[in-house]
Amino acid sequence: MAGTDQGSTNMDTARPHPDIPGWGSDLPRENRPAVPMERTPPRLDVPWDDPPPRQPMTVEILRSIERPDHSRTFGTRLPPKGVSGMIRRAAFRYSENDLRHWLMLMGADRVDIVEGMAGDLRRSPAKAALLVGGIGLAAWWLMRRD
Amino acid sequence: MLATTYRRPRRMRIENVAEPEIEHPNDAIIRVTRTCICGSDIHIYNGLVPDTRVGQIVGHEFVGVVEEVGPSVQNLKVGDRVLVPFNIFCGSCFYCQKELYGNCQNANSQSSAVGGFYGYTHTAGGYDGGQAEYVRVPFADVGPMVIPDDIHIEDAVMLTDAFPTGYQAAEMGDIEEGDTVVVFGAGPVGLFAAKSAWFFGAGRVIVVDCEDYRLEFARKFAHCETVNFKEVDDMAVHLKKMTDWLGADVCIDAVGCDATGSLLHSLTGKLMMLQGGSAIALHWAINSARKGGRVSIVGVYGPTFNAIPIGNAMNKGLTLRMNQASVKRHLPRLIEHIRAGHVSPREIITHRIPLEDVADAYDIFVNKRDNCIKPVLIPPSAQGAA
Repeated sequence: MAGTDQGSTNMDTARPHPDIPGWGSDLPRENRPAVPMERTPPRLDVPWDDPPPRQPMTVEILRSIERPDHSRTFGTRLPPKGVSGMIRRAAFRYSENDLRHWLMLMGADRVDIVEGMAGDLRRSPAKAALLVGGIGLAAWWLMRRD
Repeated sequence: MLATTYRRPRRMRIENVAEPEIEHPNDAIIRVTRTCICGSDIHIYNGLVPDTRVGQIVGHEFVGVVEEVGPSVQNLKVGDRVLVPFNIFCGSCFYCQKELYGNCQNANSQSSAVGGFYGYTHTAGGYDGGQAEYVRVPFADVGPMVIPDDIHIEDAVMLTDAFPTGYQAAEMGDIEEGDTVVVFGAGPVGLFAAKSAWFFGAGRVIVVDCEDYRLEFARKFAHCETVNFKEVDDMAVHLKKMTDWLGADVCIDAVGCDATGSLLHSLTGKLMMLQGGSAIALHWAINSARKGGRVSIVGVYGPTFNAIPIGNAMNKGLTLRMNQASVKRHLPRLIEHIRAGHVSPREIITHRIPLEDVADAYDIFVNKRDNCIKPVLIPPSAQGAA
């Protein structure tokens, strides 16, 4: 990997545990990848200065109010939609520091599940017919008991 | 293309979805050849991660072949075999400049605390995951690594998360020669943490879990002592007895929010979701460490809060260290360990399952059926290929 020279590749150390492969090979601190723990500059070839080029925003992406602007890349497959999307938008009015943010998102997830099931039924008329038939039979059986 | 999608808690489904496209000049499209289910995928599976949208393509451990590159990509070309770290990172921001690739500032709009990860809900950026036939890989010039010819594809897929996370767990323990290291959790990350603890010079490694088959595997794979927590009355007392009543120098939490072992934590953390999952492993780690010891956390918890004995941590003078693994930072050294024969990561793979059968794979892994340690999923295009 370019720009990622580790310096020492020494794997030979004193071996008080000869039965254990690799014992003590990273005991020398210079062999540890994170020493110093925050290494600057990084051992990478990065073809841009900060910030990197921006991904075009083709769908609605929610943004934490603890950030100054959107990130430079993001996932676009599932923008907020429906009732769950409305709850998610409301949740993002609060910071991550505010418990309401997370509780509203967890509530939105549950609403999304119901919306997803409704979507499945719309796409599968046979399943929808079975469900409606099942509910009808159950209702008929319950009413007969009286 | 086929992809594994989240439908509701305890329900993943394989379905046909649109293939990914280049959306940023530095994107690449990868055809997946191996992908894993990770222990942290279980948190999504159980509905414990907020902002998990129905239809989310999951999976953050994958390797593959470059199918297409964006116009600005210079370091990859079509046909390259690559492993893709689970972190999405730019390489140039304040955090990446410090090699804290799991904390990149330019990869996740939806949270300031969480970095960008593949297939890990919108709390981690809303990216598609790797349990699919194709994946869009952002910042292709800095994230993926071309797999060296002498590295087996199944070792490579272990290098995308499980091995680096276990290694970083041991590294964050700041292990000194002769230290006693206790690892909570004998899943893939716990196994790699135990194995790595020896690299840092540990004198004794103890792995704690409740599954006998996993503990037996840990003894062989990681040359460690084991404790089944179901067979002891009190975890902290038991470990104190094992360590001359001092406690362990280093405790590693490799479990996270789906931990079992405490009715109170399971009820409030997993069933009622009043805290960010069950934190019993972390509770044990804090109470089992010696005074002045170190606790290293790589187990994943929800973003709200957890009930842990922070007062004990203060009174004992513990150092708590934690983070998502900066995978790319560790890769060169871990490859050296593989080449030196210190570890063969693919030894922990117990199941190789077609991607089409992903629902069964989750059932086997989550419910620990058939002595499962690590399942690997193989997409149709890679079935039959080495």
